[in-house]
Amino acid sequence: MKPKFAMYWAASCGGCEIAVLNTDAKVLDLDAHFDVAFWPAAMDAKYRDVEAMADGSLLVTLFNGGIRTEENEHMARLLRRKSQVLVAFGACATEGGIPGLANLSSLESAMDAAYAGPSTVNPGDTRPVTAWQAPEGELRLPRLEPVLRTLDQVVPVDYYMPGCPPEAHQIAAVVDLLVQVVEGKASLPPPGSVIGAGDSTVCDECPRERNVKNITRLARVQEMVAIDPRVCLLEQGLLCSGPATRSGCRARCPQVSAPCIGCYGAAPGALDQGARLMAALASVMAGKEPEAVDRVLDGIPDPAGTFYRFGLAHSLLRSGTAAWKAEA
Amino acid sequence: MSDRFEPVIIGFTCNWCSYRAADAAGMGRMKYPPNIRLIRLMCSGRIDPTFVLKALAEGADGVLISGCHPGDCHYLEQNYKALRRHRLLQRTLAQLGIEPERVRLTWASAAEGAQLAETMTAFVEEVRALGPLAWPARPRPAAVAELHEAAAEATP
Repeated sequence: MKPKFAMYWAASCGGCEIAVLNTDAKVLDLDAHFDVAFWPAAMDAKYRDVEAMADGSLLVTLFNGGIRTEENEHMARLLRRKSQVLVAFGACATEGGIPGLANLSSLESAMDAAYAGPSTVNPGDTRPVTAWQAPEGELRLPRLEPVLRTLDQVVPVDYYMPGCPPEAHQIAAVVDLLVQVVEGKASLPPPGSVIGAGDSTVCDECPRERNVKNITRLARVQEMVAIDPRVCLLEQGLLCSGPATRSGCRARCPQVSAPCIGCYGAAPGALDQGARLMAALASVMAGKEPEAVDRVLDGIPDPAGTFYRFGLAHSLLRSGTAAWKAEA
Repeated sequence: MSDRFEPVIIGFTCNWCSYRAADAAGMGRMKYPPNIRLIRLMCSGRIDPTFVLKALAEGADGVLISGCHPGDCHYLEQNYKALRRHRLLQRTLAQLGIEPERVRLTWASAAEGAQLAETMTAFVEEVRALGPLAWPARPRPAAVAELHEAAAEATP
């Protein structure tokens, strides 16, 4: 009998699921060696099917998305119990990801932004409710928690696989490893390891030329008149997260003149990705007087959103005061 | 004992000027409040924003960073780096809802024990007026390894 595989999405966009399918024929290897027991995006199965399984009967579960609702938490606990190996898959499950940025706001203001924001047409101010009496019976929606948590803030996690989404070649390498483990040709790395990623920074994989930096002006990419295709983007005044971000993506963004946005999470050894990036940026900036420093920093309109674009939920502070005061 | 709020403040001082200033304050029998816990580093340029965030996340109500005066850095220009990191960190903290005044940067030469003691005293009062930061104690990523071990033990 083939070992069982599962993949689940919590507070996520679905991109991780697409990323797995984007491995082309590799997904057939997965199917050849595993019995896909539960994967809501790809096949029909019910939560009660998982609940009926014996504990530990899933060999491996790839869990993507953060924990934002009581349903997310229920599934994290359930899949932890049923899985021998639980992998936090993708930026949201490992670091909070983009949905984790809502930790800067209270739940109320996040709901207002979604249901009454300038990009929403909602004349009757219809809002979601957790229970609704329909003619067929009571309908329920899971409750939202005050903050988004990463998977390892809810249940113990065996492996971390970063990326938004993880790159296809990295997923393929992990599938190969799992197949070898099943065939007894390889053993699993130590628990708590980061898999499917490099052990250095994005800068190390970036082919751009680096010189002594003395940044006098920061701009966003749409404000740039021209971008030199050979020289480091940070040197050219584009805020690139490469120095603080784990390698593994082959520096795809900087290679096409888009600064790294940090989706592979904190670089090895960095406790807090945003703090590491602040430290790195301030080291290569010009300015010896407060006023001169401020002129350069004015080029960063959204510091928290820039430095913690993916890592806020897993950062040392984990949220802004607006969210944690509501939680407390 | 009075009921007034006693803030916990972490002070990072450089080895060459500010720590010696604090030492001079002590040797000169000048008083400054015990709320401030000094940590000596070789240079203010060594201070990573991580240190400040870790202090705040683990119970500090304020952080004081003290280095050599501009132009006087033992390592030539590293105190300018401290200045840039401080201003950048303050902007980020403000967005997170933490009063930027909770993280103060100051300069003190080895001869300025009295001035540093005065700055520290004033800073303690400022943070006292701001009130507790009281960042919630949540399971930290470091605690996850322990959870993992507990789960491994529970699994037959």
